Amino acid sequence: MSVSAAPPDILTGVRSYRGPIVSVLSVAGFLLVWFIAAEIAQSRLLPGPVEVLRYVFDEALHGDLLAELGITLWRVTASFVVAMAIGSVVGLAMGESPALNRALDPWLIVLLNLPALVIIILAYVWFGLNEAAAIGAVALNKIPNAIVTMREGARALDPGLDEMARAYRLSPWSKLRNVTLPQLQPYFAVASRSGISLIWKIVLVVELLGRSNGVGFELHLNFQLFNVTAILGYTVAFVTVMLAIEYLLVQPLERRTTRWRNKPV
Amino acid sequence: MNDVRPAGATSQFEIRIEEKTHIGADGTRIPAIRDLVLEVRPQSMTVLMGPSGCGKTTLLRIVAGLDARFVGEVHVPETARIGIMFQEPRLLPWRTVKQNIELVAETMSNAELEHLASAVGIADMLPRYPQELSLGLARRAALARAFAPHPDLLLLDEPFVSLDERTADRLRRLLLEVWSARPTTAILVTHNPREAILLADQLVLLAPRPTHVVAVVPIAIPQGERDATVVEEIYADLLKRYPANFATG
Repeated sequence: MSVSAAPPDILTGVRSYRGPIVSVLSVAGFLLVWFIAAEIAQSRLLPGPVEVLRYVFDEALHGDLLAELGITLWRVTASFVVAMAIGSVVGLAMGESPALNRALDPWLIVLLNLPALVIIILAYVWFGLNEAAAIGAVALNKIPNAIVTMREGARALDPGLDEMARAYRLSPWSKLRNVTLPQLQPYFAVASRSGISLIWKIVLVVELLGRSNGVGFELHLNFQLFNVTAILGYTVAFVTVMLAIEYLLVQPLERRTTRWRNKPV
Repeated sequence: MNDVRPAGATSQFEIRIEEKTHIGADGTRIPAIRDLVLEVRPQSMTVLMGPSGCGKTTLLRIVAGLDARFVGEVHVPETARIGIMFQEPRLLPWRTVKQNIELVAETMSNAELEHLASAVGIADMLPRYPQELSLGLARRAALARAFAPHPDLLLLDEPFVSLDERTADRLRRLLLEVWSARPTTAILVTHNPREAILLADQLVLLAPRPTHVVAVVPIAIPQGERDATVVEEIYADLLKRYPANFATG
């Protein structure tokens, strides 16, 4: 038996309930409810978790599941990068310049309220059923949200720190890196998180309407075959990928960039 | 409108502001400074003292180059290195104390940085983040940062406001120590008469808004010899000569 010192989490009392155990229990609870519901229903239209997971493993080992996931993930990533890059730059510029904000605001409102489906259809009609049209259409759906969030961030920049940077004659690059970007980090995190979930949903629609591969295409195919097991299987597989991104990439990154917070005197 | 001419770092800084007007949110014009002329001697401590709200901070912001909307001339060269201490510490919360200081003094060696940090008593605090510091310690860090770039001009805007009197007094002595070790042309703004008397080589009395210079009082006794008794003597003398400026202190 080994006796170790109390883990630091218990000493600080900050993260006592943030451990993975709670998250795992929560997921297990969901699976249990699903299992019971499927047992009661006994229907081809509501397969249980065991059946769906078996399908996922079969398809992963012998079918196209991994390839389809990879293609969809690549589209999500490409759309995300394009949307966040354009959205951040435009949002910042609009937050900093009232004149630019007045000029672009009507466009922003139009874009915010344009249904995703309209943008996707027009992109395919005008630019053809190709990868660039698909990714562009998805990005265009996310860009206005990113702009709105980043514009708020730019408006919330601390004028006191700006004066400090100017008085000490910081170079534009140094000011951006040390003063501006750290203040925008929480806004960027919010835009990214809502962005990833929005983007992957729209990517499926784009794939359904005009691509011959990807998770969206597979869902469409299996919908026509009325194969609910496959539909749930693909959904579970991709949601798992998104969860992994959240817990293994987004959250550790966020903890790293905000480690200066929550350190009281 | 205004004109910023280059001047050598060793020459004296000249400030002449004919007119500075704030424009309020509702469009009303609030005159802040009118016909203010001031010469700041090199390597001396000029203390601007005036009632709250008279435009002291506005004046300091103009000198720091943070506000160009005024009529007049400020002879501070564009290339002059400025060290500044605001009323709040204004440290970057996402950078450690050490990184905050390094940010404004890129060429500073580690040894020099540590020397400066121990001079203001924050040597142990260098790896900490500003939020872990008390206000007094954060002010010390801001003081170290102000000296870090070897400034041609040191600007201090009520740097010891909202501290308890003992902490404020310790920090004033600390400022004098660091400043005496590396004499720098300095302008300090305060509404506290005893603080002004303790620190000033040249004490500039300012009028209420729109502010201008009422009198320039040189104080000849070296700062190091100004203990509480000396400060009180000078204070009593100045109270007689300028009752309007010293009565409230």
